[in-house]
Amino acid sequence: MSASLEKGVRVLKEMIDAPIASYFNSCVHCGLCAEACLFYTETGDPKYTPIHKLEPMRRLYEQEYTLLGRLKKMVGLSKAVTDSELGQWQELVYNSCTLCGRCSAVCPVGNDITYMVRKFREGMSASGHAPVGIKGAVNRTVNIGSPMGVKLPAVKAQMKHVEEDYGIPIPMDQVGAEYMVMLSSMEIINFPEYLAAIAKIMKQAGKTWTLCSTAFEATNAGMQIGNSDLAKVIVTRIVDGAEKLKVKTVISPECGHAYTALRWEGANLIGRPFSFKVQHIIEVLGEFQEKGLLKTEGFETDRLTFHDPCQLARRGGVLQPQRNLMNMVAKNFVEMPDAGYMNWCCGGGGGASAIEEGEELRTEAFKRKKFQLEAVKPDRLVTACANCRIVLEEGLEHYQMDIPVIGLTELIAEHIPDLAKSEGA
Amino acid sequence: MNEMQFLTWVRGQGLDLAVSIFLLGVLWRLLEIYGLGRKKDLTAPRHTPGASGWHTVFRRSLPAEGMLKKSPVTYIAGYTFHIGLGGVVFLFAPHIKLIQSLTGLHWPGLPSQFVDLIAIVTIAAMVVVLVDRISKPVKRFLSTFEDWFTWLVTFLPLLTGWLAVRHLLLPYTSMLAVHILSVEILLIVLPFTKLFHAFTVFGSRWYNGTVNGHKGVVV
Repeated sequence: MSASLEKGVRVLKEMIDAPIASYFNSCVHCGLCAEACLFYTETGDPKYTPIHKLEPMRRLYEQEYTLLGRLKKMVGLSKAVTDSELGQWQELVYNSCTLCGRCSAVCPVGNDITYMVRKFREGMSASGHAPVGIKGAVNRTVNIGSPMGVKLPAVKAQMKHVEEDYGIPIPMDQVGAEYMVMLSSMEIINFPEYLAAIAKIMKQAGKTWTLCSTAFEATNAGMQIGNSDLAKVIVTRIVDGAEKLKVKTVISPECGHAYTALRWEGANLIGRPFSFKVQHIIEVLGEFQEKGLLKTEGFETDRLTFHDPCQLARRGGVLQPQRNLMNMVAKNFVEMPDAGYMNWCCGGGGGASAIEEGEELRTEAFKRKKFQLEAVKPDRLVTACANCRIVLEEGLEHYQMDIPVIGLTELIAEHIPDLAKSEGA
Repeated sequence: MNEMQFLTWVRGQGLDLAVSIFLLGVLWRLLEIYGLGRKKDLTAPRHTPGASGWHTVFRRSLPAEGMLKKSPVTYIAGYTFHIGLGGVVFLFAPHIKLIQSLTGLHWPGLPSQFVDLIAIVTIAAMVVVLVDRISKPVKRFLSTFEDWFTWLVTFLPLLTGWLAVRHLLLPYTSMLAVHILSVEILLIVLPFTKLFHAFTVFGSRWYNGTVNGHKGVVV
């Protein structure tokens, strides 16, 4: 056994807990999870059946944690997990799984398959079987500060642009602000509208907020690759920043996995509860709307639909605020089939979009989104995750569908009355 | 050993042995699985009505949105065979008598003609489930020896019980002995195969409901 495999097996063994043992023992091979997975439905290949993606982990569980499995191992009746097998499984554990959680939502015996894939990735990563694309993203996040290699000067340049264009100052490192706003590199590079939108919304709501120079990047490739140690390094940066600035709430940007990493894994990664609250920007906007702090004018009149990011909705429990916000600014908001809790993934979540060799499969899987969109024929598609947005744009372009994709936060901000004017009035 | 001696053995020592292995096996397996425990979740919970382990234990008995249409055979034959099996095992008067003699507990049964009908429907549903496993690519792909074997050890008690009641194939005494033996095999096999989902299904649903309920997700 190679040293890396040994390490992988050791890490994987540590991952196995009572829920995983219960899940493996409950599976009756009914195959219903396949029907929930877009990589199966769009390819028809049974190897993409979600529970099958865990086969090496299941065998290891059986061999290490069950009496019968240990006996079988002793007399040489069981097959050990090998390096080449894990190598083969890379495609199943990463390229064809976005941790979207649909399988966990339909399993009749209640198996949370996504929970298991997330843990399996820890073993895959430790044994050196994570895809090169995500490895690169992790290294850049840990060493440079962001998965796309964005550094503080780029953020500062962005701040300057927004300040010049909108005349609203962008605060940085302000101690005692109520909110600390996080960004994803995707927003810094591709969607600068986001920062401007935040500035407008916060100004109207009368809230104090700040960016943090030592923690501006929210995405956590460490979690996506399945390396809790690195995920912890990334989260710690944010925790340190938030505690240094003494903020009440840290706002996760329009990015699904950043939200899951910070909101639902963060405290577990650092081993203690947070001293601040974590909210996705959509939750914050929803709260502002409820409290009357968000006032918009005018309506979009073209046909709009909303793509629920998996980590925000199905895995994060935020389902209604985005709909209330859409209705606040859109007259013609239509829902796609399966929208909301059972919405289909864009196909690029969970780090999948960083895997170059997975592109062909992603394009194939995008047919599901195409089908959903064709059912409602929207003029524009709104979402609340920068990664979904990029993947959607790529898919739409491939299938030559002329549907612009926009972020919900910037859509809302477009309807906030000109502050200079309203102040002058 | 003649047929009477065989019947006496399966009713006596055989049954004792099978029930003992079953009970100890179940206990061992439950400890082996749930004894692994899990780490405490340190993240701040979000409370949503309907999101909890207990809710999911019950809710998962119904198909998820849109799934019945996608895999009708799995659901309909699956329900029929599970409910039918429960009916035949627990509502057939001679079974209740046996349970009463072992535990003292008893309840009213169904008329035997009715149980006979349930048995036929259940047998048919099990055949459908098997054909489905053979013909559906995903199911066939996932299936291992254990899947075929557990189908057989579940099917045999049902079939032999029905044959015994109908006095078919073998003399009643022999068929009854074969029936009891097949049940004993089922009892011994259950804790150590996927049939153990009869117990862990509740734990699995509960964990899924609890872990996601912590996030305020109704699963």
